[in-house]
Amino acid sequence: MEESRKWAGWSAITVAAVFAASIAQMAGAQQRTAVEDIARYRELLQDGNPAELWELRGETLWKTKRGPKGVSLEGCDLGLGSGMVKGAYAAMPRYFADADRVMDLETRLVHCMVTLQGFSLADAKKQPFGNGTDRKSDMEALVAFITAESKGVPMNVGITHPKEQEAFQIGRSMFFHRGGPHDFACATCHGESNKRIRLQDLPNLLEPGDAQRAYTTWPAYRVSQGELRTFQWRLYDCFRQQRFPELEFTSDGSIALTLFLARNANGGKFNAPAIKR
Amino acid sequence: MADPMKIRATLQGDTVEVRVLMQHEMETGQRKDAAGKTIPAWHIQQVTATNNGKPVLSAQWGPAVSKNPFLSFKFKGGAKGDKVQITWTDNKGEKRTDEVVVS
Repeated sequence: MEESRKWAGWSAITVAAVFAASIAQMAGAQQRTAVEDIARYRELLQDGNPAELWELRGETLWKTKRGPKGVSLEGCDLGLGSGMVKGAYAAMPRYFADADRVMDLETRLVHCMVTLQGFSLADAKKQPFGNGTDRKSDMEALVAFITAESKGVPMNVGITHPKEQEAFQIGRSMFFHRGGPHDFACATCHGESNKRIRLQDLPNLLEPGDAQRAYTTWPAYRVSQGELRTFQWRLYDCFRQQRFPELEFTSDGSIALTLFLARNANGGKFNAPAIKR
Repeated sequence: MADPMKIRATLQGDTVEVRVLMQHEMETGQRKDAAGKTIPAWHIQQVTATNNGKPVLSAQWGPAVSKNPFLSFKFKGGAKGDKVQITWTDNKGEKRTDEVVVS
């Protein structure tokens, strides 16, 4: 009896001490630890990233003869010559002379599905994103496979061709354009350093370090959605969150904005498909 | 048909480390859809691993395991070139078996 009372007393003191210490830390350290914890969480998840399942499926899709013409996508030129996949994504979006247009990866894949495999444009664009359960997107799988082939390659998006320069300028304007019911722009959240939403740090996408960290970790497997998400999806969802009109899949606007953000990330080592909460 | 697993098996010293990614919905049976109807449970119940046909792991899983589960385990007595085979069975009776050679 005596013994247990003594213990109760001691643990009360310990609890009080721990409590006081945590209050002292709370002011400055809490936000930092939350950020560190998210980083640690990502690190723990990195081993066994389900994105690899998408990469596997994408590789099969890439090599399978499909479409009315019954050919594989292996003849598709992603900018480094037909069938060259390694490192191709790190230099996209880019200008393609055969289409006379600046294209990002998804747009280029749609282009190849139409020109090589004979799909209709509507069919090629039919399901850009999976719905989290039974309806899986072939596009997301293909993107997972191709982007994984650029792992470790530094981002190198050029703006030499006039159309690339034009897209960069349009993307830049879109980034700063305020609109919608919230009078929001991309720049509202991503144009200043050290901002956060709830406990998550927001990257300043005009700052090379932040832009590289953000851009080079998409596509990513989203644990909360159980899906692999592409950069087209990232922008699509940003538009939804801003209450903007729906961003059309593979539209010139989406490509321009992607090129602007990809260019800002130049020099950063590509490191996706990643895993995010 | 269920999608293939991604399996890696590497020999480190005297133990083989096996890492498996499985593609499965792992629906708990607790969630409701947009119409308020319960989504029926659908998850892996049994996982077995063999090395050259000899069982090295047997596990019973339930709804607490995440979607697209990742399984990692080690066993002793394996050698390079051995065949590690993983099989899962879900509560609908669906099965998937994949195999990898220890490297």
